[in-house]
Amino acid sequence: MNTQEYSGVLVFAERRGGSVQKIAYELLGVGRRIADELGEPLAALLAGAGISGAEAAVLIAAGADEVILVDDEALEPYMTEPYAKALASVIARRKPGVCLVGATTIGRDLAPRVAARLGTGLTADCTGLAVEDGTRNLLMTRPAFGGNIMATIVCPEHRPQMSTVRPGVMRRLEKDGSRKGLVTRFPLAFEPADRNVEILETVSEKAEKKHIEDAAVLVSGGRGLGGADGFGKLQGLADELGGLVSASRAAVDAGWAPQDRQVGQTGRTVRPDLYLACGISGMIQHIAGMEDSGYIVAVNKNSGAPIFEYADLGIVTDANKLVPALIEELKAAKASA
Amino acid sequence: MNIVVCMKQVPDTTEVRIDPATGTLIRDGVPSIINPDDKGGLEAALALRESLGGKVTVLTMGPPQADLALREALAMGADEAILLSDARFGGADTWATSLTIAAALRKLTWDLVICGRQAIDGDTAQVGPEIAEHLGLPQVSYVSEIKPDADGKSLVVKRVFESGYQRIRVRLPCLLTTLKDINAPRYMAVAGIYDAYGKAVSVWKLEDLGVDAATIGLKGSPTKVKQSFTKGVKAAGKIYEVDAREGAKIIVEHLREKFII
Repeated sequence: MNTQEYSGVLVFAERRGGSVQKIAYELLGVGRRIADELGEPLAALLAGAGISGAEAAVLIAAGADEVILVDDEALEPYMTEPYAKALASVIARRKPGVCLVGATTIGRDLAPRVAARLGTGLTADCTGLAVEDGTRNLLMTRPAFGGNIMATIVCPEHRPQMSTVRPGVMRRLEKDGSRKGLVTRFPLAFEPADRNVEILETVSEKAEKKHIEDAAVLVSGGRGLGGADGFGKLQGLADELGGLVSASRAAVDAGWAPQDRQVGQTGRTVRPDLYLACGISGMIQHIAGMEDSGYIVAVNKNSGAPIFEYADLGIVTDANKLVPALIEELKAAKASA
Repeated sequence: MNIVVCMKQVPDTTEVRIDPATGTLIRDGVPSIINPDDKGGLEAALALRESLGGKVTVLTMGPPQADLALREALAMGADEAILLSDARFGGADTWATSLTIAAALRKLTWDLVICGRQAIDGDTAQVGPEIAEHLGLPQVSYVSEIKPDADGKSLVVKRVFESGYQRIRVRLPCLLTTLKDINAPRYMAVAGIYDAYGKAVSVWKLEDLGVDAATIGLKGSPTKVKQSFTKGVKAAGKIYEVDAREGAKIIVEHLREKFII
């Protein structure tokens, strides 16, 4: 394979139920940075049925130099084969050096199918992407062993260098309506045989009540919140961070939280990416249930609280006052993003 | 219905610990298990065989000690076991792995191939769909329920998404990737354990598969591990004594730095 023939970055702009998904903008954010480092263009493939011009315009404002449209009834709703055909065909024609797909339940179904069809490598669920000095190869960093090990993967002799990217990790660009870009229709004929399974029923569910063990973010409250009112405010903070509320034993015993939310030796053992402990002193039984969390933030007005010995970041202040302030700051941070 | 279940033997990652002094993984004494998503797939295959008849074959690629995972599957009730074991298969990424397993599947007859969605050591979820592509099979991934369809030629499966699910009818032959919560896998029966050591596990090498050595193993893998590292030993945290507003700002700043928000 002549890797020199391949250039540019292509992102798969995932669309469900007629809406472009958040992951598409995240891919454009990181894709833009990589394209700029390489000095090459950034294109987005937007596939579906009945795509509006406004959708393409938003992708351009989010960083794309070109939006490639494949618009066909065969692409709605999602099914593996028609989408694999669309993505593989666009890659075969355009020969991008890098192709990024979201590591969603759709992207992780589609990307391996396409990588196998093209005979190229695919790195799963990346949390870091960079261009290597000299070789200009893509450095794809991903967690393994449940996040205990990080590995940097390269795909030096095959193109495109394909990666699925973990949702929620890459930052989207600030929307810029003055950005200019091309919108190109990519003609592709689908056959009935391409829709090779039959979707009998589609059911949307509100996220089921999840287990705290599975949450990526936990906002956890303890005795220091002083009452059910203070504890109740944690839900708003958890919503803002996309996480769940958990509790120390003291908060559960006081009746502020149900038993299945209890973290600690007599409760659940958790290891979220972020554990935000509000008004929790950090008894050893509690620590045993959360010390393996990725990043621990502790808020407690008592500077001598043992929780601070385990925290990556400690704020000595009244948690009851900090929680509403933090909700406001997060909202402000999102609005400016 | 004849079913092949592709399995991986994995270290029980819930038992893997980090050495606090060196920041490296402690793997000594960590037990090996059948990957949980694969075990769910095996249980689903055994249940289908019980209602429809046929045969369940378990297949794994790995070092000679992966024999143990196959014996466990036999003890649970699988009929036959095949171990793809050859030093030349080693170091394979998902592409080379899927090519090797697809070559083995071409030597067998089956109506259905089941793979676990992903293995707990690598978490890639790629090998199943890549096998399906090599064999030109329709695939359904993230399957949490499998039922035979009345027509006898299809399955109706439940396919899970982030927020909801679909019921999908898929014609045989096809490939499914299963989630561990598809069922509660049965335990090995005592008689089954006894029988499992009486049964033969077929060991297949490169020559048995008829694949080009250049396309498999480390050599045939498009992706290479350039570097691997642990997150390392935790440094002492930073503590700030500030008012609530300032504290909130500091938290947002740090969460941004860590890419948590």
